[in-house]
Amino acid sequence: MLAIFAPVNWWADSLINRRRSAVRLCIFFRSGLEKRAGGAYKSLSMAKTLFQKVWDAHVVRTLPDGTVILYIDRHLVHEVTSPQAFEGLRLSKRKVRRPELTFSTLDHNVPTDDPFNIKDPISRAQVEALINNCRDNGIKLFDYETGHQGIVHAIGPEMGLTLPGLTVVCGDSHTSTHGAFGSLGFGIGTSEVEHVMATQTLRQTKSKTFKVEFTGRLQPGCTSKDMVLKLIGLIGTAGGTGYVMEYCGEAIRALSMEARMTICNMSIEGGARAGMIAPDDVTFEYIASGDRPYAPRGKALDKAIAYWKTLPTEDGAEFDRTITINTSEVSPQVTWGTSPGMVVDVGGVVPDPDKVPGYSRRDVEQALEYMDLKPGTKMTDIRPDTIFLGSCTNARIEDLRKVAKLIKGRRKADTLRVMVVPGSQQIRRQAEAEGIDQVFKDFGAEWRHAGCSMCLGMNPDQLKPGERCASTSNRNFEGRQGKGGRTHLVSPEMAAACAVEGHFVDIRTWDGLKALSA
Amino acid sequence: MEPFSTHRGLVALLDRANVDTDAIIPKQFLKSIKRTGFGLSLFFDWRYLPEGDPDPEFSLNYPRYQGASVLVTRNNFGCGSSREHAVWAVMQYGFRAIIAPRQEIGGQQIPGFADIFKNNCVKNGLVTVELEAPEVDEIFAMVERNKGLEATVDLDEQRVVLHLPEEMAFHFDIDPVVKKHLRHGLDEIALTLEHADEITVFEQKHDPQMIGG
Repeated sequence: MLAIFAPVNWWADSLINRRRSAVRLCIFFRSGLEKRAGGAYKSLSMAKTLFQKVWDAHVVRTLPDGTVILYIDRHLVHEVTSPQAFEGLRLSKRKVRRPELTFSTLDHNVPTDDPFNIKDPISRAQVEALINNCRDNGIKLFDYETGHQGIVHAIGPEMGLTLPGLTVVCGDSHTSTHGAFGSLGFGIGTSEVEHVMATQTLRQTKSKTFKVEFTGRLQPGCTSKDMVLKLIGLIGTAGGTGYVMEYCGEAIRALSMEARMTICNMSIEGGARAGMIAPDDVTFEYIASGDRPYAPRGKALDKAIAYWKTLPTEDGAEFDRTITINTSEVSPQVTWGTSPGMVVDVGGVVPDPDKVPGYSRRDVEQALEYMDLKPGTKMTDIRPDTIFLGSCTNARIEDLRKVAKLIKGRRKADTLRVMVVPGSQQIRRQAEAEGIDQVFKDFGAEWRHAGCSMCLGMNPDQLKPGERCASTSNRNFEGRQGKGGRTHLVSPEMAAACAVEGHFVDIRTWDGLKALSA
Repeated sequence: MEPFSTHRGLVALLDRANVDTDAIIPKQFLKSIKRTGFGLSLFFDWRYLPEGDPDPEFSLNYPRYQGASVLVTRNNFGCGSSREHAVWAVMQYGFRAIIAPRQEIGGQQIPGFADIFKNNCVKNGLVTVELEAPEVDEIFAMVERNKGLEATVDLDEQRVVLHLPEEMAFHFDIDPVVKKHLRHGLDEIALTLEHADEITVFEQKHDPQMIGG
């Protein structure tokens, strides 16, 4: 647009600190074009996206070079990416500016068989460092004793910390999860963790916007995990780099909050730091229900909802990029490679190395060698030896309930091991109250304590070299779940069917599926 | 953070695309509470054999690349987790700059570097240079053909120079904000704290519960 409408020399010569007025001019021209095309001039130029609204509400200052000092409402902290930030503060004699907006938990290192007993001394030291740092800085820590320990992206929403319109950051790339509420949530590095601690702000340049519209409805047995894996297969793992995604459309509206979190969680696997969904009645109902100690209640909640209703993207708002996916054509997805974009319909085969969009022949050959798979192999012929139901992507109560329905009264295949790791202590308690734990135990699964577990194997839960796992987590990178381990990403429902049959099956035609609607 | 203006050093090749941060620094090394000591663990699973000896097949173990400080690799380097340990590991191994291509494969436009990794690089003074795919192909060919080839990454002039008998130069674009930051080795926190009063004023009218009004 700039090159077309702004005189080239003028644009090139314009000083950086004139960039804002230049952008405004560009919008003017652009709107003019839309007007000539028959659009409504005013609504087009003024219409804002959800992202734009949340962004605008948090701009403390726009600096002359275009950098924005952006206010942060919630800083979530875990033990892995924070110790160096606390150390930096100490060395520079700085303090945590808003400890009451900072919340922490222990998740990556926690052993899920016996969380009170960390045998690895280095892991233990890291956990103790966070405990001490929180105590010294007056930061709330959700540790085991509180009953609210869990994966940081599970506890934010369940405690009512994650709310529409907020900015939420954490030294963890899956902070994109929180965008499911219509907040702007994104992952940051440790230097930025320190910056937020010291200033309660971040220096940011604004991302571009990417509208991802899911039309139609999901087929029975298909899930939001299949939607997001399909998306990543289409745009690639770098397709969203530099963008904030907004997921919208009929299929998104029809999803529960938990299913929405699964999609936003994996935005980063499509390269986008953040993915957002406009808040609606489903969002408000989730926040209003249950034991969420940090969510507004009573009149404050009414007032909040009135504000949150102003957040959705307005008609006519423009996005830098758009993709539309017909959800009714989304099949159950299974990854076959070492990158989340290496994904195929469950009815498909391991692809020919020359026919994978976004990957070179050599990328694919390296992946297939690591995965010990041959082109042409049917996905339904692949036999995992481990099933991992867990992670910040898919270990919420709804995931556990659905899997429990599918496997109730059945027995896992003898050839595999099944690990079930709830996302938080609260989810574990809820599942136990509903008797779901017993369903898993009767099935032959290991019923674990909350933590990141085998999603990244920073704790004793790891694959051994050569082991093959059907995993409800988010990354199938080489070695991610353990050195030499082979990961196939799937939905919880697909993992359940696989656990019963011993190989991947198309859940749409699997006879156990009817249990879901029972 | 050390300012970066220009750097000349030996070039090493890592001929892989989509190198994720789990590959750059595997999880077992993230348990450290220090900022140092990561260099030995860079690319651990590729770099060492199961017994612990360096794998002679892995390019960074080639004798010709020992002492390299400029890494040339393929598209989407640093994808995956936000772990800044990945940047620390690359730098503590001895690299000062990474060069990767933006590339079109099968209709997808793929950048040289993943977002969070690139951002973390800026905070630590590691320069990421994105070139066109044919240019990176050319650098790969030149480095393979010319043992001991050195390159200069010149941030001021925004160019990479290969020190061949007849020098080859490649221009690169860089965000002016990032350039300034790297050039002066700025302490971002100190810069932001200059606006502490404005943050306080903002906080007085901003409700972090976002309940409006």
